[in-house]
Amino acid sequence: MPLLAIENLSVFYDKVEAVRGITLAIQPGQIVTVIGPNGAGKTTLLGAAMGLLPSQGRMVFDGVDLRRLDVEARVERGFCLVPETRELFADMTVADNLLLGGYSRRHDKEGLRRALDEVFMRFPHLAERRKQRARTLSGGERQMLALGRALIAKPRLLLLDEPSLGLAPLIIREVFKIIASLRNLGVSILLVEQNARAALETADYGYVLETGEIVLSGLASSLMHDPKVTASYLGGR
Amino acid sequence: MTARQQRLISVGAILLLAVAPALLSPFKITLLNFIGIYTLAVLGLVLLTGVGGMLSFGQAAFVGIAAYATAWACAIHGHSPWLGLVLAVVLVCGIAALLGAITLRLEGHFLPLSTIAWGLAIYFLFGNIDALGHFNGIGDIPPISISGVALRSSAQIFYLIWAVVIAALYLCGNLLASREGRALRALRGGRIMVESLGINSFRIKVATFVIAALLSALSGWLYAHMGRFVSPAPFDVNAGILYLLMAMVGGMEHLLGAVVGATIVTLLRNTIQDVLPLIAPGVSGQLETVVFAVLFVVLLQRARTGLLPFLLRWLPQLEPSRPISAPPMARRRQPMKGVPLLSVEGVERRFGGLLAVNDVSFELKAGEILGLIGPNGAGKSTMFNLITGVLRPDRGRIRFLDVDITRRPQREIARAGIARTFQHVKLRPKMTLLDNVLLGIYPRTRAGFLAGALRLDRAEESQARYEAIRLLQRVGLAERAFESAGTLPLGSQRLLEIARALAADPMLLVLDEPAAGLRRTEKLDLARLFENLRAQGLTVLVVEHDMDFVMGLVDRTVVMDFGSKLCEGLPTEIQADPRVQEAYLGGVV
Amino acid sequence: MDAQIAAILAIDGIATGAIYVLIGLGFVLIFAVTRVIFVPFGDIVSFTALTLASLEMRRLPGTIGLVIALAGLASLMEIVAKLRARECHLIPRTILCFLVLPLLPAAAVWLLSGAPLAMPSRIVLSLALILPIAPLLDRVAFRPIADGSILLLLIVSVAIHFALVGLGLLFFGPEGVRTQPLSDAVFEIAGLTVSAQTLLIVAASIVFSGLLFLFFDFSLTGKALQATALNRTGARLVGIRPASTGTAAYLLASALAGISGVLIGPATTIFYDSGFLIGLKAFVGAIIGAMASYPMTALGAVFVGLLESFASFWSSAFKEVIVFGLLIPVLLWRSLTLTADTDESTEE
Repeated sequence: MPLLAIENLSVFYDKVEAVRGITLAIQPGQIVTVIGPNGAGKTTLLGAAMGLLPSQGRMVFDGVDLRRLDVEARVERGFCLVPETRELFADMTVADNLLLGGYSRRHDKEGLRRALDEVFMRFPHLAERRKQRARTLSGGERQMLALGRALIAKPRLLLLDEPSLGLAPLIIREVFKIIASLRNLGVSILLVEQNARAALETADYGYVLETGEIVLSGLASSLMHDPKVTASYLGGR
Repeated sequence: MTARQQRLISVGAILLLAVAPALLSPFKITLLNFIGIYTLAVLGLVLLTGVGGMLSFGQAAFVGIAAYATAWACAIHGHSPWLGLVLAVVLVCGIAALLGAITLRLEGHFLPLSTIAWGLAIYFLFGNIDALGHFNGIGDIPPISISGVALRSSAQIFYLIWAVVIAALYLCGNLLASREGRALRALRGGRIMVESLGINSFRIKVATFVIAALLSALSGWLYAHMGRFVSPAPFDVNAGILYLLMAMVGGMEHLLGAVVGATIVTLLRNTIQDVLPLIAPGVSGQLETVVFAVLFVVLLQRARTGLLPFLLRWLPQLEPSRPISAPPMARRRQPMKGVPLLSVEGVERRFGGLLAVNDVSFELKAGEILGLIGPNGAGKSTMFNLITGVLRPDRGRIRFLDVDITRRPQREIARAGIARTFQHVKLRPKMTLLDNVLLGIYPRTRAGFLAGALRLDRAEESQARYEAIRLLQRVGLAERAFESAGTLPLGSQRLLEIARALAADPMLLVLDEPAAGLRRTEKLDLARLFENLRAQGLTVLVVEHDMDFVMGLVDRTVVMDFGSKLCEGLPTEIQADPRVQEAYLGGVV
Repeated sequence: MDAQIAAILAIDGIATGAIYVLIGLGFVLIFAVTRVIFVPFGDIVSFTALTLASLEMRRLPGTIGLVIALAGLASLMEIVAKLRARECHLIPRTILCFLVLPLLPAAAVWLLSGAPLAMPSRIVLSLALILPIAPLLDRVAFRPIADGSILLLLIVSVAIHFALVGLGLLFFGPEGVRTQPLSDAVFEIAGLTVSAQTLLIVAASIVFSGLLFLFFDFSLTGKALQATALNRTGARLVGIRPASTGTAAYLLASALAGISGVLIGPATTIFYDSGFLIGLKAFVGAIIGAMASYPMTALGAVFVGLLESFASFWSSAFKEVIVFGLLIPVLLWRSLTLTADTDESTEE
């Protein structure tokens, strides 16, 4: 049974149907990517999946109908989003940002402390800067903080919105290495990305989104060499 | 509902008012008098807060200044009430102009707080100046006389009050439909769009503030000569708040909302005063405000935008009048083809630690279409905002036709001849398509507030409206000219924004990602419009990341990536360049 | 004016300012977390003083009626909401939070109001009684319109203020009250007479502001409040519910309002409608802090207190004119130093 099953999802954004008839599935332990050019509707898709945007269609997470859960309830069940805009607490320290990531598990103090240590081990950059305010971090460090904050909640499914956005190529490499390694933690990932190459190298399965619809899907390895993907990126068909 | 039907209804309403004193008791007439006086002050608030978005608690203070001015002139110094009117208006408008000039630059919460501040200051002044009778006030104010008849009874002054109200409604209605009124309506939703059209938003704010004060002055003058007694009590902050409540309950964005709100609040208070002693004798006095306030909260929870919008939904829509043909408007003299139009030299801009634009230089010649392309996050939009004056460069220079525009504000750059669109479309969704385009024509027209109110601008308006319709035809949206811009799909909204930009008759048109988020058919429409513009010889700078879209449409391209200029050249060269392809696909190995 | 008088005025101003600091902090706290400018906040301050005075006079404070009515109404609304969302299992907890907890202090006051009580007990009872009012008002009046425009929230806020003033008149009558000072002792410091009351006020202001900041910096709930204020979406994404932090903010702020009421009671005569002006002056301090910076809010509040003190010396009749008149240049200055960020934030 898939961990996340989305059927026929449609989202109206400002009276426009931004996303239409989306159907996709994520198996436990999988990294699935949705790629596509700017404006395709990728962020809208994740926003709707998280419950931040109103939508129509079916979404089932681990057997539970997501319609019955509000955003905070989804987080409590291990369904977490790292948005495109990161939404960090800019004036709070790195340590506090991470701590708040564990809000949904605040009753398990021991587990929280352990999770915090694990994140600091995985992201040594963050450990060095634990007392710095989030706004003083570089783009790549902020992305890692956003990732780290989401990981503390011990998610079962992580939605990542354009992790490469605004990052230099070398940093992108580092970030995607970390994303790939999350598989070992048993975290399933729905990765939405504009950077097709990095996404397809990391994922198991991929979907291509263009002006709100899925136009292609398949194993990431096959999509990587599909000329239709290149055409999709350099201009609409 | 046609305009003719609307006129018939208005005449009917006025006739009803005219016979009211014969049909209703003097008490009810007095009530109507108060409603009329409140309506005037609330009307000012509708213009200022409802339409213009400037929250003010100080209208009551202006009413008070006018009332005291006329009381002082007439009761204490024996002048005629008409002189009192002149003094009241001059004083109030003068003070309003001064206060407005000082405080209307305040943003956010500072503005309403400042209105409370001076409102309170003025109120306490009334109660403490000897010449104004302290908290006992001034009495024995003479009644107004019109051709020898003193308006002593409530029925007599009823006609004057409501004549003034009707005149005010008429003039304000004309104003809102005119050029400056349109600009005022466009203020809500942010300054950036308005300033990019060459509109001086500050000047309009101050003018509206003074107009609202003028309406309060009329209200105060009538109040003083009706009750023939003034004291500070009716002009404190509570009164100011009450006017706001009236506006909110009636429907803050409509002129008639002032009448509805004033009526409901006055009648409600009156009813509560009558009914409460029957339900809770002994404590009715104290409970009045409580019941009133609670009813308000419940009302606002149910009808957030007031009662008038609620009622209007049941009425048939007003049919708009089609613009008739008019002589074409004057056009700007375009520069000769090939003349250097825009030059960007070594421009740099930082945001905190991020270097968004790094030493970028390029040139644009008159008559050419230049594409500025690059992947997301390349710094194109920042570059764009630097050119149009939304942001200032940290280093470098930007010149337009040999004039240095590096540090000029948006407004001046717009008037110099650069018209722009926005990456995230900035339209006024509640205004019609026609009105949105007319906003673009603003710098080419001149009618002021007075001309608008008195309908002296009809010739210019019909020219402008005809021009706007022609522009809408050009982008293919003319059939929807009278629909609200918010109902359009994204592609049409982009076309509308371009029509608005063209309305300014620019020398340079700068488009910010016009194809973003468009469907294929919408992109075809856009491409066709581009061909049209190019055939006309218009100079265009397009920022885009959709390479395929711009390729057939531009003469030359500049490619940006990570804030720097990557390369420059003909579209075919660029598309084949492997560096560019890498930049787009992510290029991480 | 010589140095002696200036010093006395300064001390007076600082004392008043210290009270405004607590109220100002409360305003900023509520606004930062809920985006509501809680105009009735000043009325909560005056209600506390009036309630305390009633207890001193061994009379039953009318505040009890308000608390009971609000608790009943809020519980009803919550129960209906839970039934509609089919979360019936949460109803017992709802009844506990919205009905039982607010009614406990009300019951205590009912039983004890006629008896002679020691000052600490009176203070604790007054505080406990007024504490639930603001959170309950939030549930009853603001929650149904939580996604409304800021103007709508402000107008509703103002309407509630009017209601509270009316209730104040009903409960406490038109006479003003002065509560007993916490201490009658007087000290000589550097040749000036300083009352213990003044020192207590300043100390209380510092202590409670300090406690507030400790709460923010060291407790998870405090950090969650900060987070909601900084970034509502980010907070939701880590599982922090805006409704819970909203209630927490109202509770904390009410504590500040209550303490301010206890401190201001002995200093000035409090009438049923004094709350508005007191709140307004403290609000000014909050505005100077741009509704975001706590240290600037404190400085702003003290500034207003000093301004008021000196203005009343020059002309007690025109005191308010001077204070509010001088406000405008201060607002201008503050607005100018902040314009950098506001343009984008006011875009819709």
